[in-house]
Amino acid sequence: MNIAPSLRSDSMPGSMAPGPPAGTMLTKIWAIFRKDLLIELRTKDSLNAMLFFGIVVLVIFSFALESVRDSIRMAVPGILWVAFAFSGTLGLNRMFAAEKENSCLQGLLMLPLDRGILYLGKMLAATVFMLFSETIIFVFSLVFFNLTVWREVPYLALVFVIGTLGFTSVGTLLSAISVNTRLREVMLPLILFPVILPILVMAVESTNIILNTIDYRDLKLPLTVMSVFTIIFTTLSYLLFDYVLED
Amino acid sequence: MINVERLSKYFGKFSVLRDFSLEAKPGEFIALFGRNGAGKTTFLRILAGLTRPSSGAVRIGVPPEHTPRQARGMMGYLSHNTALYADLTALENLRFYSQLYGLPHGEAELESRITSVGLAGRGREPVRNYSRGMQQRLAIARAFLHDPEILLLDEPFTGLDQSGTDFLKGYLSQAHARGRTCLMAIHDAPLGFELASRLVVIDKGAAALDIPQNSTNLEAFQDEYRALAQER
Repeated sequence: MNIAPSLRSDSMPGSMAPGPPAGTMLTKIWAIFRKDLLIELRTKDSLNAMLFFGIVVLVIFSFALESVRDSIRMAVPGILWVAFAFSGTLGLNRMFAAEKENSCLQGLLMLPLDRGILYLGKMLAATVFMLFSETIIFVFSLVFFNLTVWREVPYLALVFVIGTLGFTSVGTLLSAISVNTRLREVMLPLILFPVILPILVMAVESTNIILNTIDYRDLKLPLTVMSVFTIIFTTLSYLLFDYVLED
Repeated sequence: MINVERLSKYFGKFSVLRDFSLEAKPGEFIALFGRNGAGKTTFLRILAGLTRPSSGAVRIGVPPEHTPRQARGMMGYLSHNTALYADLTALENLRFYSQLYGLPHGEAELESRITSVGLAGRGREPVRNYSRGMQQRLAIARAFLHDPEILLLDEPFTGLDQSGTDFLKGYLSQAHARGRTCLMAIHDAPLGFELASRLVVIDKGAAALDIPQNSTNLEAFQDEYRALAQER
């Protein structure tokens, strides 16, 4: 065994080099996302739970609203977003689980990078996982509620993406705050839902306009509110992430 | 290199560090001794930027001091927590950290780092399959991937077998010989005495003893250390 591993001699103490050269921000965000994706593909911890929970919500509503089957389309926007929000909360609860094990968060905090980059990488991963589970849940909802939505799919996709970004912009920050609390599984929904209420209300409203009206001009207001909310909370969370992670 | 002035840290009403001051010159190897709860780990975590002090100042580098972000790039922190992702392989772990450090390390370099910590041929196994000692070896490669000028070590020998201990001793001795500044919290007095150039005993959140290693011998130091511990 080599008991004297190599040490570079080109950066001797006193040289005061300001740390290693910085890679691009996008490369680092991508590295964090790729790591979360790799772990999820191997463990499937989050996605299995999110999908199972989301589909169970659909099944329950499907039976509960059997008597109003003819007008079920009116209820679908609310049902969908309840399923998305609950399954998304499960995913967010697991968002920092890998970082908790072996104190990986400590390793990340020691990196000479803007800690907001950690937030953006985690938010990207949370958004992709949530959108994936939303797609599956949505397909199941078409079957359970016997919906035909080919024409509406592009508009629904837009609402799902903006609504999910709003959800994860807040959720990623609050997940990082709750990860070090004793009752984190309980804590996250308690602090998350009051904050994301505007996003959920606007997402239900937008989905309702798409599924149950002909004139889509009314979409402008809820989409604007959701977009502004997302931009404000992403910026705030990016700036605050440094503070929420330290003791 | 490191200048700490009147550092205090409180957790609620409980004080862990009280007006603790210390200056570490470039190339010094300081062993920090003290009972459990003396404040060694908290002190290292504050230096590493993982914990905010309640009061006091920490300066890293000669004037002009580095920003916290630049300072983190100069430091490597190794503790009994490995900071390794259990579901990634050793190679994937090092590649991930290498990308975030912005290092140009290719696959061959990362493989050689894994080999250098005695894990040749095990780089493509998930870390979850490693023993505690193997994980600690990989943690050494991870913590010092960017060849830091300052090594912060919190009980780094935890979980290592004899060959792992020999390996880490060799690594730290070489780092010291190359002029790296090391601060190591350790309970094992003979081991700390063997490696360090300066011995500091922390008691009740303050420096109770601070002497050059070559000004004493192991027996005299251990007697003094025991006396300080019994005074509590």
